[in-house]
Amino acid sequence: MKHLMSPMDFSVEELDKLFDLASSIEKNPAKYAHACEGKILATCFYEPSTRTRLSFESAMTRLGGRVIGFSDAGSSSAAKGESVSDTIRVISCYADICAMRHPKEGAPMVAAERSLIPVINAGDGGHQHPTQTLTDLLTIRNLKGQLGGFTIGLCGDLKFGRTVHSLIRALVRYPDIRFIFISPEELRVPDYITDMLKSMDIPYEEVIRLENVMPRLDLLYMTRVQKERFFNEEDYIRLKDFYILDTAKMELAKKDMLVLHPLPRVNEISVELDDDPRAAYFKQAQYGVYVRMALILTLLEITV
Amino acid sequence: MLNVGKIEEGFVLDHIKAGKSLSLYEHLQLDKLDCTVAIIKNARSNKMGKKDILKVECDIDMLDLDILAFIDHNITVNVIKNGEIVAKKELVLPKQIKNVIKCRNPRCITSIEQELPHIFVLADEEKEIYRCKYCEEKYTERSKAL
Repeated sequence: MKHLMSPMDFSVEELDKLFDLASSIEKNPAKYAHACEGKILATCFYEPSTRTRLSFESAMTRLGGRVIGFSDAGSSSAAKGESVSDTIRVISCYADICAMRHPKEGAPMVAAERSLIPVINAGDGGHQHPTQTLTDLLTIRNLKGQLGGFTIGLCGDLKFGRTVHSLIRALVRYPDIRFIFISPEELRVPDYITDMLKSMDIPYEEVIRLENVMPRLDLLYMTRVQKERFFNEEDYIRLKDFYILDTAKMELAKKDMLVLHPLPRVNEISVELDDDPRAAYFKQAQYGVYVRMALILTLLEITV
Repeated sequence: MLNVGKIEEGFVLDHIKAGKSLSLYEHLQLDKLDCTVAIIKNARSNKMGKKDILKVECDIDMLDLDILAFIDHNITVNVIKNGEIVAKKELVLPKQIKNVIKCRNPRCITSIEQELPHIFVLADEEKEIYRCKYCEEKYTERSKAL
């Protein structure tokens, strides 16, 4: 039985298969509409996340399966003090697969160790968010034609942004990728990431001003400065509006540069960019459903 | 110079950083063993200038070499039988250590679920970096463990 804790749990070959399946689902959704009939997905969300939870629920529903679950810790047995290990043992009796989000890092791994059904990490604190990474990779693969051979700028909160950490770790397995990290001093990418890039001889730069590097980017991955990751409100207020992507900055960009964002955005991307053909973030949300559908089928070992 | 007698059967931990033998004594829980223990502080050393030595008269299997290796793998472990050194154990960094150190990350699941073991995994052998199995937080106080 396979779980998904980190995007690195899948080899490049396994990811290729997953993305091929996601593309097949996109082209022929009717073929997969009953693939999960009789199967149940449990969405165990210990912290609110409408978007990811609905994406999972949409994916399972589009496969003909059903969904049970809870959407915040207050309405679950965790409020009564039940451990994650006990919860997953019980959920294993109710469902065939589980997607878990938890504010504490490593909670889905604790669940996977005790579970009788596949567990998907749907985000654990500031640690990992592998299905977002799969979404990002599928989006890049489909819109750029391949994974590799580009310069990607990652902008915003690179310190606490788990989607950024996961994406970098996943991208280093592909050829000829150059990274440009754009962030204020306080939100720089952690040392273990830059140490990894150095040891693998992968080129990267760290800059503060987005404008200076815009013309060189093939992809720009924007992130939101997340209030919930800060212990200090003052720091959050000071840093939240550090980067705002607007039409003036986009004029500096290549004609085929893509803008990605894990969503939700607050004000780091101006709404006036939404109609720009280079804005790929809503398309990205669509790919998120396809890749979760492919993931559910793969982990349940269902072939159509 | 002070002389400490030979031990018949047990082990001698040599090349301990000067002044650290008592801390090692605690980590290895030698206070719980009912046997002779000699703690030698600030012995002269050609290699280190000063060093500490621990002599323990007990079965070698009673020593947790993983903990010892995690704390300082440069310590020499001499195994003694019939008053002679019969083997030198090489310390290798353990791939995983359980319930020796605690994860300090307040966002880690181990911070709220008390029954979970604190497991650290050797993430980078060359740089001797250990990370929490669950949250991957780096253990940064290894040098202070001894």
